[in-house]
Amino acid sequence: MARFGMVIDTAKCVGCMDCVVACKTENNVPEGFNRDWIVQDAKGVFPTVHMEIRTERCNHCDTPPCVYCCPTGASHVHELGGVVLVDHTMCIGCKACLASCPYDARFIHPDGYADKCTFCIHRVEKGMDTACVSVCPTRCMYFGDLDDPHSEVTRLLGSRASHSLIPEAGTKPQIFYLT
Amino acid sequence: MQSISRRKFLKISGATVSLAAAAGYALHADGSHESSKGKIKGIQKIPTYCDICFWKCGAIAYLKDGELWKIEGNPEDPLSRGRLCPRGTGGIGAHSDPDRLRSPLIRRQNRGEEVWQEVTWDEAFAYIAEKMQTIKANYGPEAVALFSHGIGGNFLKHTMKAFGTPNIAAPSFAQCRGPRDVGFRLTFGEDVSSPERTDIMNAKCIVLIGSHLGENMHNTQVQEFADAIQNRASIIVVDPRYSVAASKAKWYLPIKPGTDLALLLAWMNVIVSEGLYDKDYVGKYGFGFEQFAAEISSSTPEWAYPETGIEPEVIRETAREMARYKPATLVHPGRHVTWNGDDAQRSRAIALLNALLGSWGRKGGFYYPVSMDVPAYPYPEYPKTTKPKVDNPDHKYPFAHETITTGIREATLTGKPYPVKGWFVYATNLIHALPNEEETIRAIQNLDLFVVVDVIPSEIAGWADVVLPESVYLERHEDLNVEWFRDPFIALRQPVIESPHDQKPNWWIAKRLAQQLGLGNYFPWNHIEDYFRQRLSGAGYDYEELKSKGIIRGKKQPNYFDEGVPAEFPTPSGKIEFYSLQLQKAGFDPVPKYTPPEPNPPGSFRLLYGRAPVHSFSRTHTNRILSDMMDENEVWVNADIAARLGLRNAAYVTLKNQDGIVSNKVKVKVTERIRPDCVYLVHGFGHTSKALKHAYRKGASDAQLITRYKTDPLMGGTGMNMNFVTIEPAEA
Amino acid sequence: MQELTTTRHNELVDPVLAVWGWQIPVYLFIGGLVAGIMIISGYFALKGQYKKNVFSSFYLPHISLILLSMGMFSLFLDLEHKPYVWRLYTTFEVTSPMSWGAWILVIVYPALFLNTLIRIPEKFRNKIPAFDRLSDLINRHPFAIKNIGILNILLGTLLGMYTGVLLSSLGARPLWNSAMLWMLFLVSGLSAASAFVHLITSDSYERELLAKADNAFLTLELFVIGGFISGLLTSSGVHIEAAKLILSGPYAAAFWVFVIGLGILVPLMIQLLAVNHKIKHTAVAPILVIAGGLALRFVIVYAGQFSHYAHQVGLK
Repeated sequence: MARFGMVIDTAKCVGCMDCVVACKTENNVPEGFNRDWIVQDAKGVFPTVHMEIRTERCNHCDTPPCVYCCPTGASHVHELGGVVLVDHTMCIGCKACLASCPYDARFIHPDGYADKCTFCIHRVEKGMDTACVSVCPTRCMYFGDLDDPHSEVTRLLGSRASHSLIPEAGTKPQIFYLT
Repeated sequence: MQSISRRKFLKISGATVSLAAAAGYALHADGSHESSKGKIKGIQKIPTYCDICFWKCGAIAYLKDGELWKIEGNPEDPLSRGRLCPRGTGGIGAHSDPDRLRSPLIRRQNRGEEVWQEVTWDEAFAYIAEKMQTIKANYGPEAVALFSHGIGGNFLKHTMKAFGTPNIAAPSFAQCRGPRDVGFRLTFGEDVSSPERTDIMNAKCIVLIGSHLGENMHNTQVQEFADAIQNRASIIVVDPRYSVAASKAKWYLPIKPGTDLALLLAWMNVIVSEGLYDKDYVGKYGFGFEQFAAEISSSTPEWAYPETGIEPEVIRETAREMARYKPATLVHPGRHVTWNGDDAQRSRAIALLNALLGSWGRKGGFYYPVSMDVPAYPYPEYPKTTKPKVDNPDHKYPFAHETITTGIREATLTGKPYPVKGWFVYATNLIHALPNEEETIRAIQNLDLFVVVDVIPSEIAGWADVVLPESVYLERHEDLNVEWFRDPFIALRQPVIESPHDQKPNWWIAKRLAQQLGLGNYFPWNHIEDYFRQRLSGAGYDYEELKSKGIIRGKKQPNYFDEGVPAEFPTPSGKIEFYSLQLQKAGFDPVPKYTPPEPNPPGSFRLLYGRAPVHSFSRTHTNRILSDMMDENEVWVNADIAARLGLRNAAYVTLKNQDGIVSNKVKVKVTERIRPDCVYLVHGFGHTSKALKHAYRKGASDAQLITRYKTDPLMGGTGMNMNFVTIEPAEA
Repeated sequence: MQELTTTRHNELVDPVLAVWGWQIPVYLFIGGLVAGIMIISGYFALKGQYKKNVFSSFYLPHISLILLSMGMFSLFLDLEHKPYVWRLYTTFEVTSPMSWGAWILVIVYPALFLNTLIRIPEKFRNKIPAFDRLSDLINRHPFAIKNIGILNILLGTLLGMYTGVLLSSLGARPLWNSAMLWMLFLVSGLSAASAFVHLITSDSYERELLAKADNAFLTLELFVIGGFISGLLTSSGVHIEAAKLILSGPYAAAFWVFVIGLGILVPLMIQLLAVNHKIKHTAVAPILVIAGGLALRFVIVYAGQFSHYAHQVGLK
């Protein structure tokens, strides 16, 4: 059973937002809304500063509270890869899923339904990478099957230190950041 | 109503036509098909090259049912390696920008009041040509000047040369990379060129001194920078601001602004005094090394420490680190180096440091770029000009090997050495590009004719007499890009979609203007595709192949000395000039000497500026996709300073410079990522052109605050980092 | 010093979550109120109060029907994809407290309707013969009346609980993430319902009874709030920060003044004096209790959306 996820090499990420623009054009994300975004996390006192740059999006969690809380089943887990998707025709726009996400990864589309990163399932099903992974000029993003012991994402997680976001929320996020 | 263009017909191959005839509709080779309405249904992929900046990355535009869907990199393109930068990826926003110029305009009132009359192209050309002929009759054709940026200016330059003027300039020389190319020419005999011949991907040690790769989004450079990080290259970053690049660095040196030359001299001092330089290389290729060594012998780390604020031990360690990895150590020469007015000498110091490390012509340092051999179009000879160029009278700036934009401006202002009465501007917003906009505006008042060709109603277009709207790159053909790069290739730009209004491509504008001026014989080809066919067939290449692939790649050529590139240096001595006699003869320092920067006036901060990866110059702020990424800039203020001034993060302030100029209000970014003695703005915001509705008065303009500048005596470059601002409350 | 910046700028989400406005606290309050009323009226049905002649409680189920519909309308107003609201009723999602609530609300209507039929007030008799016949049928079977009472108590309890369960299941908002929240909403609902009946009744027995009940609920509510806060303060870091939002942070004034002070302590003291016949019963205390119940919902919903895990920034 495939379990899709991403590995982001923060050593290479420069926060250029190419991933954000590519997602926007690939998926027609409306102006003013972001399915993915860049975070700059800096600590220290000048000039002794450290900064991690991350590209973030929905983590397609393994135990997704946004799916559990949905009253209509619009928010669901896709049959392939554990990808979390929203069926627009079933969403009532109650926003419980927005409130349930510790990452604030969702938003309400101007047409009224809950929307977020879809791991470009329309591309993945054709064997392509997601739009963000395909465009990244620093090649710091990797998409693949975390259940496959030979996949690049699995290999990367075994070769370098990494962390996920807010693991203590218990949602089992599937995006990992190499430090 | 979209009519089917010739181009779309050409895409239908013979086999598919017969199949389609059987099926009852027109089927294309890529699977898309004509609907009865004329818009092609399905997905179309058309290759071109990007124009958001000047890098010219190969791109593939996707249309879905005849509408622009997205743009991706062309996998065949060596520059982009199939991946565009965020600006290129957002390029479709240039086509759909609601604030775009739509039709030719002639001003109805005074210059700068932005009140226009829409006219036809014929009317516009008649007006322009008449004025140009008058200027020619009264002052000579040299009295018309062209400011042009990018490959799109090629045909206009051709028209201007045919008209008889030598006064053609790009701001990129005197306002950007010029000092760097002069400094390297004086040392190695060659420019750094564009794209820079920096072998970042193979470098084992990279020194960025005032380069902010990662925020500066030169696609190939950032991609190679990531490769270098992957390969665990040792990175040293020198910057008054903790940039994105600094966050990747092994060493971050928070240098005091304006003191970089002291650091460079100290580094060279360590490398020479500790014998860490590439002795073979220097012995074989160097000229004047002993005198050079003597000149820098007093520039010790201890001397540099109070100037730069960098501890002597750090200077030594980093110098040794550079030497450890030589010759695969790249001291990056930067791009926009017009800082202090001594920038050619500072760039020469960078060249010298690289020379000590033996990186020029070696893997991991500087490669020798190559290009394909495509003959120029056989045009008639240009008329001989009777007057010399106006920008550099008596070769006041002896080492300027390109035209100095601010020199043309000066001549326009003073009428000396001779009057300049007509300006053409192509694709460069002089109000944001040249320092001290007041001089630009005063110069414009002396003109009899001012024409701006642009895609958006930029500030400079607001000052014009005639504004000519150009099609954006997605809608037009362009001159062939026969690129100088590690790997040679030819790239084609072709329309992927029609212009929405009365916009026209630059080749058509240049040709029509030439015709109107009676110079039609300089454009003997009818359509630009005839021009392509002529040039390509002359080199043995197939235009149809280029159209379908977008790129034709050439054979791999040697890039390094050890691959067979001859180690020749076109300098007076024929060698790498550690000591420059030609500089000495011209009255300049043969080895760079350091001058301390002037101190900040009390209570003020030095204004520094740079780039954001989602914007390009001042030209992308009404592109709705890119403005959605970043719609205003912020002023970076050191956290300590902010606390003392009572500034809160995200509050709005204005900046007032030493000459009393007050900026538009701008958001404060309170940060630990910048020195206390300077502030930083991303360039290109604070638009004042009312027609740029979506960008109007968002953020602050650094260019507006750059009223003081220092001209480089070697080559006329304008150093712009000597403006100081105080932080004032925003007006209610 | 940590500088955490994001480029994200999604409406309703950045800089802090702001998905639920007044529509939700209003519904939560009405839902709690109706829940309490159902429990009270169900209790009265069990106790045979319907046999009396004059009793405001006869009208409680009718009032509940109106109030609940208003509440559900408020809920409907909050939806962003309104034409699809019927999707709630094409499925039952067992992990979603909101799905539970959707169905509970549906079942509440027949329960309330049956309650209206136990004793049809005089002015409503002979208006709808079918209802009169049903009422007579029910009255011939005291067993039925008892079960209608139990049904109303049960469904009222579920109605009063599920909204607390719903919010507490949204673990991403630490302020809500307490097992005490359903208890708090239920007790608060009972208190508001008691105050409501106290307010509208003309019968002194009812008034005294409900005032005493309200005092009990208010006292219990104080202990429940205490448990709620102490539970947060002894949980993880983000929960401690969340508790501080209402104890000393931006929502502290609203919490201490309107929820605790004017919403619980002051009316409690007034009503204690009143039931001990030191002062006369007035509308002041019950109005304060009702306003305090509304204030409680507002504070919980707004402060809860502000509470977050440390990673989130939302500031551009």
